[in-house]
Amino acid sequence: MFNSTQVMETIDMVEKEHLDIRTITMGISLLPCMSGSAEATAQKVYDTVCSKAENIVQVAKDLSAEYGIPIVNKRVSVTPAAIICAPFPEKSARIGKALDNAAKTLGIDFLGGYSALVQKGMADYERTFIRTIPEVLASTERLCSSVNVGSSKTGINMDAVALMGDIVKETATLTADRDGLGCAKLVVFCNAVEDNPFMAGAFHGVGESGTVINVGVSGPGVVQHALEAIPGANLSEAAETIKRTAFKITRAGQLIAREAAKRLQAEFGIVDLSLAPTPVRGDSVAHILEALGLETVGTHGTTAALAMLNDAVKKGGVMASSKVGGLSGAFIPVSEDIGMIEAAQKGAINVDKLEAMTAVCSVGLDMIAIPGDTPATTIAAMIADEAAIGMINNKTTAVRVIPVPGKNEGDEVSFGGLLGRAPIMPVHGASSEAFIRRGGLIPAPIHSNKN
Amino acid sequence: MRAVVTVTGKDRQGIIAKVSTFLATENVNIQDISQTILGEYFAMVMLVDLSASEKSLAALAAEAENLGREIGMSIHFQNEEIFNAMHTV
Repeated sequence: MFNSTQVMETIDMVEKEHLDIRTITMGISLLPCMSGSAEATAQKVYDTVCSKAENIVQVAKDLSAEYGIPIVNKRVSVTPAAIICAPFPEKSARIGKALDNAAKTLGIDFLGGYSALVQKGMADYERTFIRTIPEVLASTERLCSSVNVGSSKTGINMDAVALMGDIVKETATLTADRDGLGCAKLVVFCNAVEDNPFMAGAFHGVGESGTVINVGVSGPGVVQHALEAIPGANLSEAAETIKRTAFKITRAGQLIAREAAKRLQAEFGIVDLSLAPTPVRGDSVAHILEALGLETVGTHGTTAALAMLNDAVKKGGVMASSKVGGLSGAFIPVSEDIGMIEAAQKGAINVDKLEAMTAVCSVGLDMIAIPGDTPATTIAAMIADEAAIGMINNKTTAVRVIPVPGKNEGDEVSFGGLLGRAPIMPVHGASSEAFIRRGGLIPAPIHSNKN
Repeated sequence: MRAVVTVTGKDRQGIIAKVSTFLATENVNIQDISQTILGEYFAMVMLVDLSASEKSLAALAAEAENLGREIGMSIHFQNEEIFNAMHTV
């Protein structure tokens, strides 16, 4: 039989604390679509995505109504397109267009996988593919792109890092009329995961099966509320509370994921329990850290609080489901989190502190607006720093920065909707160019040699 | 299939009558009820069986929400599995 207190707790989580299923993401393998010509491949890609994900929007709507939990985004991730485009790399944009068209036909929010995995080396066809990214992001609407430039096992491909500095700059330039919005759809990874349901970094790894449902659950507001209910608790008790809350949220996600997979004739992949903020008040990761006792996120103690939060979230998630994957932790995108936006406006948080925080949470320098005249080599060096943190600590790190054309420190930029707004954050002025121009590979750390 | 119906809002006359009439009309069988008043606040949780109903859970949920609006209460109609999943180890 049921317990009224628990029933009301769930309803309060949804109504007052913004509990939601952040995304249902269908991973689709495009390997069977490969053929010799770009035209034929593009047609097969479009047909495959449209038929496999045909019902995703309706199923999400039905599940949301039946279980009473909002499902915010419906998405698709596909095999890294660089592989599909290998026979005709100069025509890769055709595939990008076909994917974007499929996303529009389906009515989904985003489609991820205009991606390349070049963590150890970059073939000519991959280099050509990556060079198409700025133009493709500028001419499409819902397509997201990511490039993996390093891993704990292979080291960091510094040639790819240098190239991505240029690509980020060029993407900003080509979308200058939208304040460099293209860069919000481009992630540079180290240790990218193959089952991530969250955008902009989702792609469907080649080790995955044909069609998979991965679900991303969120709920920073639920965690914040639970912590506010125990103001005098010590940090062991706070960690325990976070863990219990994460357990409940993950269970909700797993139920939806299993049911969605069944109805969409796909395999149930993973539940990604990530505390993903939105710019709405009451849905902020920064405010969780502040609920733990910090006056403002960014002050001393922030890294420790975030480390505890991230670990407790993972532990609760793992207890709730044996299929936890993706990034599973806390996200700290600046423009998408009202607490982060306010801290940045006050000057309480800067890029250096954010970098330190990325050593202990599940992502990297995320949705940070920087001056438009930041040199490409400085952006590449920021990517290198993040990749190094990921490589050494065996974790995923990423860079999604937006060098906003024509804007400088003190200005603010607004991307609208879930992407939010951000003040332009200063970066270091001293040059990293000679370091980036060296190229080559930063070797993998000694602890990667486990065979 | 079973669902949990929750009704919350400011207490007034006839809430249970309205809700249970709606359920009876839709061939939904009430298996358990728990109801309390906290100050002026009315809270009721019902466990119901939908197997005799011709309508889908989603359709019933939408109608229940409309009924809630009519009588000035908040009514949720959810598959019971969500509560089992979240609150049992």
